[in-house]
Amino acid sequence: MKVHEYQAKSFFASYGVPVDRHALCRTAEEAVAAYRELGTGKAVVKAQVHTGGRGKAGGVKLGGSEDEIRRHAEAILGMDIKGFTVDRVLVSEAVDIAAEYYVSILVDRKSKCPMMMLSRSGGMDIEQVARETPEKIEKIVIDPVLGMTDFLARQAAFKLFDDMVQVKQATKIFQNLYRLFVEKDASLVEINPLVKLGDGTLKAIDAKMTFDDNALFRHPDVKELFEPTPEERKEQEAKEKGFSYVNLGGKIGCMVNGAGLAMATMDMIKLYGGEPANFLDIGGSSNPEKIVEAMKLLLSDKHVNTVLINIFGGITRCDDVAKGLIEAFKTIETDIPIVIRLTGTNEAEGRALLQGTHFTVGTSMSDAGHKAVELSKQH
Amino acid sequence: MSILLHKDSKVIVQGITGRDGSFHATKMKAYGTQVVGGTSPGKAGQEVAGIPVFNTVRDAVEATGADTSIIFVPAPFAKDAMLEAIDGGVKLVICITEGVPTLDAVAAQRYAKIKGVKVIGPNCPGLISPEESMAGIMPTNIFKKGHTGVISRSGTLTYEVVCQLTQAGLGQSTAVGVGGDPVVGLYFEDLLRMFQDDPETDSIALIGEIGGDAEERAAQFIKQHVTKPVAVFISGRQAPPGKQMGHAGAIISGGSGTAAGKVAAFEAVGVPVADETSEIPTLLKKQLGR
Repeated sequence: MKVHEYQAKSFFASYGVPVDRHALCRTAEEAVAAYRELGTGKAVVKAQVHTGGRGKAGGVKLGGSEDEIRRHAEAILGMDIKGFTVDRVLVSEAVDIAAEYYVSILVDRKSKCPMMMLSRSGGMDIEQVARETPEKIEKIVIDPVLGMTDFLARQAAFKLFDDMVQVKQATKIFQNLYRLFVEKDASLVEINPLVKLGDGTLKAIDAKMTFDDNALFRHPDVKELFEPTPEERKEQEAKEKGFSYVNLGGKIGCMVNGAGLAMATMDMIKLYGGEPANFLDIGGSSNPEKIVEAMKLLLSDKHVNTVLINIFGGITRCDDVAKGLIEAFKTIETDIPIVIRLTGTNEAEGRALLQGTHFTVGTSMSDAGHKAVELSKQH
Repeated sequence: MSILLHKDSKVIVQGITGRDGSFHATKMKAYGTQVVGGTSPGKAGQEVAGIPVFNTVRDAVEATGADTSIIFVPAPFAKDAMLEAIDGGVKLVICITEGVPTLDAVAAQRYAKIKGVKVIGPNCPGLISPEESMAGIMPTNIFKKGHTGVISRSGTLTYEVVCQLTQAGLGQSTAVGVGGDPVVGLYFEDLLRMFQDDPETDSIALIGEIGGDAEERAAQFIKQHVTKPVAVFISGRQAPPGKQMGHAGAIISGGSGTAAGKVAAFEAVGVPVADETSEIPTLLKKQLGR
């Protein structure tokens, strides 16, 4: 789950990671008032959206007068950045930057441990730095048993700073950042850039955090910050019913049990010349109500002209699925062709239940795939 | 020989009195797995399908000599269940539970490393050595004893591939679902090494998906250490970037972890990649000269 920069900064501040002075504004008037309140000569107006590349899109502007701040705020509020409409801006003090650094903590799949990434090339697109000059990125694996010990935080600090004045500040910042990462079950905390000011102090002037969806159950304070896009709202509603759903914009609606098989099903449809409408994993231990909900979800997409149901039993029992399908079609009126492929646990019982219905039955995954693509093209 | 799980493996089921735990304990036992016990705090002395229930993993291991534990507890309790199993004296822990917080998995994997215990999962279907033993939630009827090792990040996709292998006359030595989360236990390299060393295994099917770079590392590992034929399938070619495709670990982030990148990594080291699952048996047979 993503949060905005201002929300991340509020977590930073409460964990003792120094951030710039800033105010959240929803109107140009509020932005001007915030600028006045800051009392600095110059201030930055920044769009608050759940996407990167704000600067390139014109969503970050520096201003030195009330007029300028007003004009920037007016231009940025309402702006569209990669499909996100800006409804909030952050007005931050423009600080006196002597140098910029990159710092982040994430979970490294290879070492199965939290890992800190550091670079003296701060303020740049870190993925570009990683691609073009990987030697400029330092990585430090953190043993979760020990956590961010003094020595490790110091070791990390020396990767960025040569002067003890900054090393001491950075050591504390890194330890606090790690504590935040762990205590809030973040999947990423990122400061880009961490800046050294003219007077030698360190401050985070940008902040990014994403959180582990699987851990939200124990962080109501984080969960309440969830601001889904319409698409994410649909995905979220699906998740609450035990599904994983991603819209792909095509015509063949897919209902599959298991994420890997669901991906393979959409890949197969494309390979056979069809257009998959979605990824939908209905998960294990299915019951009839769940199947009804899944069918409703698929049919709510008006682009869908054919449905392919691909069920391979494991934890899912095929007879449950078949009952669910029969139940679903008692309540849902549709003339969209439905292709079904059922196999696995209680397969014979499942197929027997489907005998004499209007469903097209596929004998294998690829047979069902070809049939679905064929039916979709006839529409 | 199979790898990791054999006829004489003694398995306990953590969470045996729950819906999934009791359902699958019964299925495993029916397949011939030596399910020697289960745990459920406060329910010692009870039985589930004739399997004795204990309060703790330690009690179960002491009473039964179990060497393997399989976990069916809800996600908020999975970390503790894994730690208890790792601490409890078994050699192999399989965590079926989906939705485990990543940092919980991190802690459990770290403890497993310290204690020298092997972990499979979380968020996995378990493993099977056909006609010997199954510790998981797999539909056993599709498996057949044989010589192809199967390694997969997915559950049902594994069954799909296995079904086709069996139909093509390629039985399996052992099939392992490693789990779909970003942090899980045994992974491609560990299992490739075990299958390479296993005299019963003559070929390997590897099923990967988008997210992370484990497939890229597996490709390098195969180039250096694996002489047996390998065929690969990668799912998620149509996955849009930045979207989690069901599995917590299946996400293309910042342009890395794409199916195209993974396919290219295998092809670069001469490992054939199937366009669809049904091609895997053919790709293996060709290399086996059959």
